Amino acid sequence: MPAASVAAASAVMPAALSAALREEAVFLTLVVAGQWCAVAVHAVRDVLGAHSITRIPLAREEVAGSLNLRGRIVTALDLRLRLGLPPREPGAQTMSVVVEQGGELYALLVDQVGEVMPLPPEGFAPHPPTLDPLWREVSHGVHRQEDRLVIVLDVGRVLAIG
Amino acid sequence: MDDLLADFLTETHEGLLALDSALVRLERTPDDQPTLSEVFRLVHTIKGTCGFLGLARLEAVAHAAENVLGRYRDGTLPVTAGGITLILRALDRVKEIVAGLEAGGAEPPGDDAALIAALDAAAAGEDPGVVAGGGVAAAAPPAPAETAPAAPPPAAPSSAESPPEPGPAATGNAPQTIRVSVDVLEDLMTLVSELVLTRNQLLQLARAHQADAFAVPLQRLSHITSDLQEGVMKTRMQPIGNAWAKLPRLVRDLAHELGKKIELEMQGAQTELDRQVLELIRDPLTHMVRNSADHGLEPPAERRAAGKPETGRILLNAYHEGGHIIIEIGDDGRGLPVERIRAKALANGLATESELAQMSEREILRFIFAPGFSTAQQVTAVSGRGVGMDVVKTNIEKIGGTVELASRQGRGTTFTIKIPLTLAIASALIVEAGGERFALPQIGVVELVRVGSGQEGAPRIERIKDAPVLRLRERLLPLVSLAGLLRLPAAREEEGFVAVMQVGGQVFGIILDRVFDTEEIVVKPVAPILRHITMFSGNTILGDGSVIMILDPNGIARAAGVGLDTAEEEGRRGAPAARGVSSEASTSLLLFRAGPGGPKAVPLGLVARLEVIPGERIEMSGTTPVVQYRGGLMPLVAPMPGWVPPGAGERQPVLVFTENGRAMGLAVEEILDVIEERFVIEPGTARPGFIGSAVIAGRVTEVVDTAHWLAQAGEDWFRPAAAAPGGAPRPRLLLVEDSAFFRHLVVPALAAAGYDVTAVESATEALRLRDDGAPFDAVISDIEMPEMDGIAFARAIRAGGPWAEAPLIALSSRAAPADVARGRDAGFTDYVAKYDREGLLQSLRECLAVTPAAA
Repeated sequence: MPAASVAAASAVMPAALSAALREEAVFLTLVVAGQWCAVAVHAVRDVLGAHSITRIPLAREEVAGSLNLRGRIVTALDLRLRLGLPPREPGAQTMSVVVEQGGELYALLVDQVGEVMPLPPEGFAPHPPTLDPLWREVSHGVHRQEDRLVIVLDVGRVLAIG
Repeated sequence: MDDLLADFLTETHEGLLALDSALVRLERTPDDQPTLSEVFRLVHTIKGTCGFLGLARLEAVAHAAENVLGRYRDGTLPVTAGGITLILRALDRVKEIVAGLEAGGAEPPGDDAALIAALDAAAAGEDPGVVAGGGVAAAAPPAPAETAPAAPPPAAPSSAESPPEPGPAATGNAPQTIRVSVDVLEDLMTLVSELVLTRNQLLQLARAHQADAFAVPLQRLSHITSDLQEGVMKTRMQPIGNAWAKLPRLVRDLAHELGKKIELEMQGAQTELDRQVLELIRDPLTHMVRNSADHGLEPPAERRAAGKPETGRILLNAYHEGGHIIIEIGDDGRGLPVERIRAKALANGLATESELAQMSEREILRFIFAPGFSTAQQVTAVSGRGVGMDVVKTNIEKIGGTVELASRQGRGTTFTIKIPLTLAIASALIVEAGGERFALPQIGVVELVRVGSGQEGAPRIERIKDAPVLRLRERLLPLVSLAGLLRLPAAREEEGFVAVMQVGGQVFGIILDRVFDTEEIVVKPVAPILRHITMFSGNTILGDGSVIMILDPNGIARAAGVGLDTAEEEGRRGAPAARGVSSEASTSLLLFRAGPGGPKAVPLGLVARLEVIPGERIEMSGTTPVVQYRGGLMPLVAPMPGWVPPGAGERQPVLVFTENGRAMGLAVEEILDVIEERFVIEPGTARPGFIGSAVIAGRVTEVVDTAHWLAQAGEDWFRPAAAAPGGAPRPRLLLVEDSAFFRHLVVPALAAAGYDVTAVESATEALRLRDDGAPFDAVISDIEMPEMDGIAFARAIRAGGPWAEAPLIALSSRAAPADVARGRDAGFTDYVAKYDREGLLQSLRECLAVTPAAA
């Protein structure tokens, strides 16, 4: 028994280590209004399905409200509105990507969550000069993939409102 | 003293424990200098502290032991086993006495002469080792290992019988208090807060699911959680005296520096509150005491002259009330300089002259809480830097507290601070507005009123123009709609609740759609991206697991414009009785309709005539509509927006006012009625052109400010011949009038006529001004007033003092020849009927012409 667990641990070790090393390059992809985006996995704390959200009057439009995540209050931001995209149809399904910033938790409301995947550095391209200045401000760059372009969001900038 | 003793006992226990092991170490290595120094220092500390606390027995024993140790340390005496044994015996004696002290609060009786003699002998160089050496030395080592059991037997039971106040004692000399890092307590508090939330959640679930099997253990869990919460809160409680500890010294130094005699009295220092609150309240308190010493109290000479004892008093008082702690900071000094505050408020543009004229003293005093407001004539090192009371107020409000003040000229000032006992857990009402739920902290809620047309007799929300108000026990409560403030869809207002709030001196109502119940909430700060919304003080998770925003009453008051610290609660506390007996509270009023909102009113006495003018007679002179009237041109103004003169064939009702032989017409929609009624004006809801509103004939009615409309009719309307030309100082008038209504009526009129008017509510207040040396060119007084009437007031003035020669004009609703004669007998220079504005101005011109610079 002890031998087996040691073996298991050593087998896991290198993978975990390399994952940690490559952490910066691992991203969670998501979709907002048909656009693929990605956020660095190290900032993500949780992914939630539909959740009841309390509206916050007088808050900025993109603040969807706040929700209770296992006893912690999480402020929800509608990524569509934050990115200047059209609001979703009433009743449409949303997913929340919970990220941490400065000790506070925020939920980014998105239409759909994709997968966790590494984005190889060679795929990155600078912003096209015609990109909306707002998008330029909140993203690190564009990642080219075979079938699509993924906007890599800068979570810190996305949350820098108000 | 109890606290000091408790601290001493804690420290001594720690010291004795350290000593035991150090001494044993010393015995093994007699030459170890650091150990020797440590032992000496420990004993020395014990001796020093008990000397300070007046513990004679302890001090004598410790002193004798210290002597021996001193010689050991200096190397003038070799360390021997016998000597150490003797020291250990001395320490055992110390423990014995300490145990007695713990149990009984005082040193137990006993004779230490033999022990002290033995110690002295050892210090003198005799080695006691020969006598008791082996036996006791052998017995000594185990002692430190079992300190507690070694306690003298009689001490333990007695300590159990009478557990001393600072903490429960297990055994005689086990420490009764331990030191715990504040962080540990903070973490505990956070955990308990979470536990409370989870408990609430569980309870809610159990209620919804009727899970009987869980009911009993849940109940138990709930109780234990409550007890735990209380227990942890207790660990954070500290007596407020801790925040006061530095004040006696501060006051002493200040007294010295300022050349004043000040006595600081502190009551309720044992009142406990959460240490977090304590920390936050410390600076504001210090600032306020400093202010009292610097500005509040007069120098001895001035106090003597005022007939007060030379030594000024500052009183600090703290006590619990409900879930709050009340702290009062009072002094018996000169009181706040109302006039200077008024002048400063005007100079700083915080209020206009006419606004100030309508304000009560209380409202004016609250200007000291405005940012950058300081009336100190000189900036001293102590205070008067222009930062101060606004910071104090902000800091207190930050912790959900309120500050109020009361001041009496020549008698002193008292500030009253009300703060919650703890910040972590608060009780809140869960309310609904605009379809959303919110938590409303109960600290500011005075009462809940159900409003609606549904039930018979339930109060209704009424509107003046767009402003909702509620009539509550004969007063007008300004209302704000929570849904409106938060820009949520407003629900129908016929049904609902009004939460009557008190924020500072301000009372207002918040319109709510529904009220659920109260819940204990744990206040959590909102995320940084929401901090700009001042309407919320935090958020929390409710029992049902949903997130809810916590409303900030201060923020709401500010957003609604009711919390500008122009408290209109003047007579509410001040002199409600005085207003009730006001003799001319009953007034003839003309009711009319003009513009949207409820009816308007004007005192009938001010109206010269009522006319209905055919539309074709109205002509335009420039942009002003005029009519030919009694051989002159009479301008028409309308107290309503968007009024256009009627065309031919229509008729326009007009109230005619005359002044200086000229006439002005106030165009109204319809003249409703003339009624005789007593009423109280609420200045709070006033807008330009209206003095305020009042409940008249059962309806909320706005009272017209005639001076405002007269001024609109022509710029030179109120510039009488007597107006001081070319910047000469304006004559100063004192108006003594108990009715707020007449003050509001007369003061603007006189001010508009070029006088500098001060209004007071009573003759006693006026006499106080006289005694303070306030100069006035003329005094106008009402006759019928509570307490001291105008006749007695006139006699008092004529009896001597600076105003003995000043013109004195009586203003009364009773102007029969007999009344006039009585007034003149008492010393009035002239006697004018109320409402006779022209008569009053005429009288003033005459009086002031005769005595150009009286007083």
